[in-house]
Amino acid sequence: MENKSSSFANIFLVLIFFILYAPIFYLIFYSFNSGGTMSGFEGFTFDWYRELFQDTRLLIIVLNTLVIALLSALIATIIGVFGAISIRSYKKRRTRNSLLSLNNVLIVSPDVIIGASFLILFTLAGIQLGFYSVLLSHIAFSIPIVVLMVLPKLLEMSSSLEDAARDLGASNWNVLTKVTLPYISPGIFAGFFMALTYSLDDFAVTFFVTGNGFSTLSVEIYSLARRGISLNINALSTIMFIVTILLVIVYYYLTQRSGTKGVGLRR
Amino acid sequence: MENKTLRSLYMLPYALWIILFVIAPILLVVYFSFFDIEGNFSLENYKNFFTATYLQMTLNSFWYAFLITLFSLLVAYPTAYVLTRTKHKQLWLLLIIVPSWINLLLKAYAFIGIFGTHGAANQFLDWIGIGSRQLLFTDFSFVFVAVYIFIPFMILPIFNALDNLNPSLLYASKDLGASKWTTFRRVIFPLTIDGVKSGCQVVFIPALSLFMLTRLIAGNRVITLGTAIEQQFLVTQNWGMGATIAVFLIIIMVGFMALTSLRRRGV
Repeated sequence: MENKSSSFANIFLVLIFFILYAPIFYLIFYSFNSGGTMSGFEGFTFDWYRELFQDTRLLIIVLNTLVIALLSALIATIIGVFGAISIRSYKKRRTRNSLLSLNNVLIVSPDVIIGASFLILFTLAGIQLGFYSVLLSHIAFSIPIVVLMVLPKLLEMSSSLEDAARDLGASNWNVLTKVTLPYISPGIFAGFFMALTYSLDDFAVTFFVTGNGFSTLSVEIYSLARRGISLNINALSTIMFIVTILLVIVYYYLTQRSGTKGVGLRR
Repeated sequence: MENKTLRSLYMLPYALWIILFVIAPILLVVYFSFFDIEGNFSLENYKNFFTATYLQMTLNSFWYAFLITLFSLLVAYPTAYVLTRTKHKQLWLLLIIVPSWINLLLKAYAFIGIFGTHGAANQFLDWIGIGSRQLLFTDFSFVFVAVYIFIPFMILPIFNALDNLNPSLLYASKDLGASKWTTFRRVIFPLTIDGVKSGCQVVFIPALSLFMLTRLIAGNRVITLGTAIEQQFLVTQNWGMGATIAVFLIIIMVGFMALTSLRRRGV
């Protein structure tokens, strides 16, 4: 009886995995199709990849996307870490909670609203739509994620560590760089990494705040996909899939490391 | 005293972010909702919103979001349940999460190929003898793809809730003679309802505001609140009306959050 139900469960799980991964491998499979459509495989070819690497416009867009992601994640991490440190320094529960709910507004808001409201904001502030508007909005929506990743680590840290450092004559700067930041570094890395992936993935917000002439990968894929199937996109997605898998491995490694530390302390 | 100044120094960039990118955008959306397309102050947008067209659209949007949430839950709950029973459950969970890190647009694009006239879905339907039919640009494909995209986000909170469940409660229920179904209905489900609620939160609200899927997969047949906002802002350039719809989306969002978290306190 027990066996029977567990084999049913296994079939179910296999089916779910199949459904989740099938579209991705479907894309990858047809990226090698010489036929030029996503139905009917005619022959194996690397042509689409070759075409992809000769498309300078697309390569510039890839570069834009990466620059935006790295810069926004970096700046968001710095602001977010300081934000988390100052949230912790408020001892009153109510102040802390209201700061946290303000922090979470951008996480729970639908992308469309974030995009639309940022569009109004940038237009009123006279910021031209393009690189800077996209960068600013990516920083803006990444900060709360960083705070959420860093804050638990900070709260877990006993303040006696910092007090001890101060008693031993460490300056505030030393306490920050030698005690606090190293302790919360797994949270900082995780936050940076999440900010990076959010930025790479974002479509809806970026779509609102890009002007003509500046584009990120998501926005470009959207406009290409609206025109129909082109196997260049398949080739592109294969490369992006591989990059994603690599990033996941890095992230898994980071969280495993921070996870063991965290568990050890919590117990 | 010195700590106070240090704190405000840390707080400064974060506070600026909260004011500029959290509070100001919301106020701006509300402010703009009171202007008609010519830039005159009026309540016309609100009057328009309560006409049949917009109410019908809101209702439709709700209906689709409800369907998407329901189907995601129906798939995600058993999946999460089975996952918690597996060996190496963290690894399997990670593998479920990986597809959610693939760019959304690429997944949507994959389904353009799969549901296309000669795509894999139709080849399968041909093969089992049903015969090919129009799949792309239908309500079915829209709901299917949306569910596909949201499944990992639904699984994660439910998995966590199930994983935190104390197994001795299940043994106790079994010892007291409860059938598997009774145990599920009376013990497991009530104790994991928080996970289900946060899962519904992270699916329902984004489902109300999807706009790229309605364009790519539903071929403009489905208009959700998100599509309408995008249309008003970027195509019609009627920011006032777009902002009005956004105000209602925010109200709905806050209401939904209050509903799902109020009950949480009650349980």
